[in-house]
Amino acid sequence: MSLKNNSLFTGIQWWKWTCIVLLFYTFIQGLLIEVPRLPILNETIRNLFFHVTIWFAMIIMMISSVVYGIKYLRSNNIDFDIKSSESAYTGVFLGILGLATGSLWAKYTWGAWWVNDAKLNGAAATMLVYLAYIVLRGSIDDENKKAKISAVYGIFAFTLMLVFIMILPRLTDSLHPGNGGNPGFSKYDLDSKMRTVFYPAVFAWSLLATWIAEIRVRIKRVSASQNH
Amino acid sequence: MKEITFLIGKEIQSEFRQKYAFNGLLLYVVSTVFVCYLSFRQIVDLPTWNALFWIIQLFAGVNAISKSFLQEGRGRMLYYYTLTNPRYFIIAKILYNLLLMMILSTFNLIFYSLFIGNPVQDLPLFLIAMLLGSAGFSAVLSMVSAIASKSGNNFALMSILSFPILIPLLMVTIRFSKNAMDGLPWLVSQHFIILLVALISMVFGLSYLLFPYLWRD
Repeated sequence: MSLKNNSLFTGIQWWKWTCIVLLFYTFIQGLLIEVPRLPILNETIRNLFFHVTIWFAMIIMMISSVVYGIKYLRSNNIDFDIKSSESAYTGVFLGILGLATGSLWAKYTWGAWWVNDAKLNGAAATMLVYLAYIVLRGSIDDENKKAKISAVYGIFAFTLMLVFIMILPRLTDSLHPGNGGNPGFSKYDLDSKMRTVFYPAVFAWSLLATWIAEIRVRIKRVSASQNH
Repeated sequence: MKEITFLIGKEIQSEFRQKYAFNGLLLYVVSTVFVCYLSFRQIVDLPTWNALFWIIQLFAGVNAISKSFLQEGRGRMLYYYTLTNPRYFIIAKILYNLLLMMILSTFNLIFYSLFIGNPVQDLPLFLIAMLLGSAGFSAVLSMVSAIASKSGNNFALMSILSFPILIPLLMVTIRFSKNAMDGLPWLVSQHFIILLVALISMVFGLSYLLFPYLWRD
């Protein structure tokens, strides 16, 4: 109750507290928990709590961007466009984090920062698409036109990328865990101990992403209302 | 249906009025092939032959289709707006661009074979790959051209927007045509055909649904 008087903590909703708690849990437990001792993988198996969960959060952001894009096209309400574009920007940020953690992991297990692999190329192409989305938004001045065109491109590109990421790695061999005959990490997790960190971590990163996007949306709303 | 054929006819007519643009495209393909011929001299490696063919195809496609919306002025778009349904309009554009891409790829294949050589063992299958590849390119590029045209006349934007979303199509087509080059039995390439047809119909459906939103300003 005393927290309520402290201006720093007022207005922090319950889900943000959950996010903070879960993130602490992810980092502390993720680094301390006992993991299966496997050759080559060794301690890098802990990347499951960071790399994989960050991608989960990224995909949630991209889906939210598409959903708000569709909502915008149906209603022409500029607020949906703010939500859609800020979700995409947050998704790009998480995507860069995902690429960085994946690359670091690859260096220690595959021996190279980047390998020519369907799954990795799919991820890189997705990043290119969303960077193009940002360039497209930057190139149009008129608010409504920008919103409409970027929503159309967002929906168009997302659907094609989904096909790319879902189907192509299954057509060819892939080094990535969980593809091309490689076991996913769930196979190594015999006593389900890693799951006790993995699932909370997915929630933690998704909530953090939502939080970042929410702050960005609020900043955009303020600056939009000042322009008028 | 009648409206679509009429719109395609109109596209062909306006292309005939500006013959220099069409001739320019053909010349673009020929000179690209010639530059490749002078740089490579001879291509022994089959995957390289295949990849280079499709890269020429990609650049020719971006060049050809980017003008399909960039060239239409604001006034003319407004005129179409009063006349037709936007859905018919985008379908007519895609079909017309498919025709254009087929002509360009045939031209590309002839000159490519003439200068660099033709190691394709199963030509009919390769032609099917060319047809499906052209259909995919024209569907994606027509839509992206419509998007890029709305953002001011920016040719660079066209490539930035289209290259990453063309990658899946390009990769499947390249694998498919490599099978045709090696003369593998058709049954081996069957799943590529199914996948390409599915991809193309998906792009078609997306364009059909999304284009009306781009249309109005």
